[in-house]
Amino acid sequence: MSLKKIHLLFLAAIIMTAAVFVSGCASSPDTSQQQSSTSPTAFRSLDDIKKSGEITIGVFSDKAPFGYIDQNGEYQGYDIYYGNRLAKDLGVKVKYVSVEPANRVEYLKTGKVDVILANFTVTPERAEQVDFALPYMKVALGVVSPDGALITSPDQLKGKTLIVAKGTTAETYFSKNYPDIKLLKFDQYTETYNALLDGRGDAFSTDNTEVLAWALKNKGFTVGITSLGNIDTIAPAVQKGNKELLNFINDDIKKLASENFFHKDYEETLKPVYGDAVNPEDLVVEGGAVNNK
Amino acid sequence: MQDLGIRVLFDGENGVRLLLGLVVTLKLSIITIIASCLLGTLMGLLMTLRNPIIHIVTRVYLEFIRIMPQLVLLFVTYFGLTRAVGINLSGFTAAVIVFILWGTAEMGDLVRSAFISIPKDQYESGTALGFSKLQLYRFIILPQALRQIIPPAMNLATRMIMTTSLVVLIGVVEMLKTGQQIIEANRYTAPSAALWIYGTIFFLYFFSCWPLTILAQHLEKKWEK
Repeated sequence: MSLKKIHLLFLAAIIMTAAVFVSGCASSPDTSQQQSSTSPTAFRSLDDIKKSGEITIGVFSDKAPFGYIDQNGEYQGYDIYYGNRLAKDLGVKVKYVSVEPANRVEYLKTGKVDVILANFTVTPERAEQVDFALPYMKVALGVVSPDGALITSPDQLKGKTLIVAKGTTAETYFSKNYPDIKLLKFDQYTETYNALLDGRGDAFSTDNTEVLAWALKNKGFTVGITSLGNIDTIAPAVQKGNKELLNFINDDIKKLASENFFHKDYEETLKPVYGDAVNPEDLVVEGGAVNNK
Repeated sequence: MQDLGIRVLFDGENGVRLLLGLVVTLKLSIITIIASCLLGTLMGLLMTLRNPIIHIVTRVYLEFIRIMPQLVLLFVTYFGLTRAVGINLSGFTAAVIVFILWGTAEMGDLVRSAFISIPKDQYESGTALGFSKLQLYRFIILPQALRQIIPPAMNLATRMIMTTSLVVLIGVVEMLKTGQQIIEANRYTAPSAALWIYGTIFFLYFFSCWPLTILAQHLEKKWEK
């Protein structure tokens, strides 16, 4: 009996050590560590980057058309287009690192990349972990519906059924602001699109970039509302406290407005996908200034 | 409609990239499986010793590795080490370390259980017949233990090969990730590419694990006598 008990205690001790170890690594490092230049997780300053002649940027490698790898093994996309320009303006070469949504913050915090340009949506929670520069893109909600009964304003949806995916901003937005719209919820994106195709709902809402791309591939459907709800911005991010680099990026983005850089970026990378169905003004942010309609 | 997804495979350098991904997968698997077998045997033998300190140390090590998901171990080794002590390992090195730690622990336990499952009278009759300790292990215990280890060891090896797909989370782009990159890059032009790419990956994984199964069968037969 007692031997079993000892064994159990022993196991519990191991689990707790493991838990402490993991949580210790996961918790944010204290601020004193970030400021000292000898800290293991120190970021590279603007000078360090220039001296080394190379900037490391974390990007997506499988999120066409924002960050992906083409058939020749080259990084391409809206985020990359700016990454290349940023490196050019710094006068250094660029090295891309493939990151995942789940490890973007870690890469910055450990200084394994200098900048993240991985379609990083600005949220208050994330802003506590990293420093965001000025935005270069924005996303809002879009509503797609059949051409025959096109929905062009949220008021038209009253008393009708709207399809949403669970846990998305669309779900929260509509249940909060339009309680009299009936919501049909699904767990997965494929299910929502199938439901719309089957006519189980009158319209479907999610991020505008998603529905816009989908409507192009599915004849008979149009995005009647291209920008709705809170506008989320997408911005480059650097490690917390890396002011020099942050300021450089901010100045760079402001300066690029004079040549309409991000509109050019849109023409090169997003237009081939979205075609004329999309108004660039719904997605592009120029010079870091988001003008709410 | 250019819906023939198979074309994507031969487009540009896609095929080569997929094979390069396979090289990464195999390199990581082979290094870590061989190292795990050697170190695991050593650890298994250590575990059969009746030394209380060794017993506790190996037990803690084994339970720790067993409880922690491989993903957490990868994160801790790659990001945690940098954050805690400033050691900046490459993603591949971090992956090799984690997989060896994992493989050694599991292999050690397999070896241990194989050794203790051999009846005591085998040891005793060997000694009674005048075998030295070395001869006893070489001719009586090891052949019997090895035969028992092979099936579970093969399971472990194939599991390790499959699990290499996790290393993408610490920035090592292997076969599965390369496949996903190719699929996503062609999402709008060839939506059916996914089936072809995943199909190809299936076969590549299959032919990576199959030789192990054949080897296992061969060894089992050979040692049956």
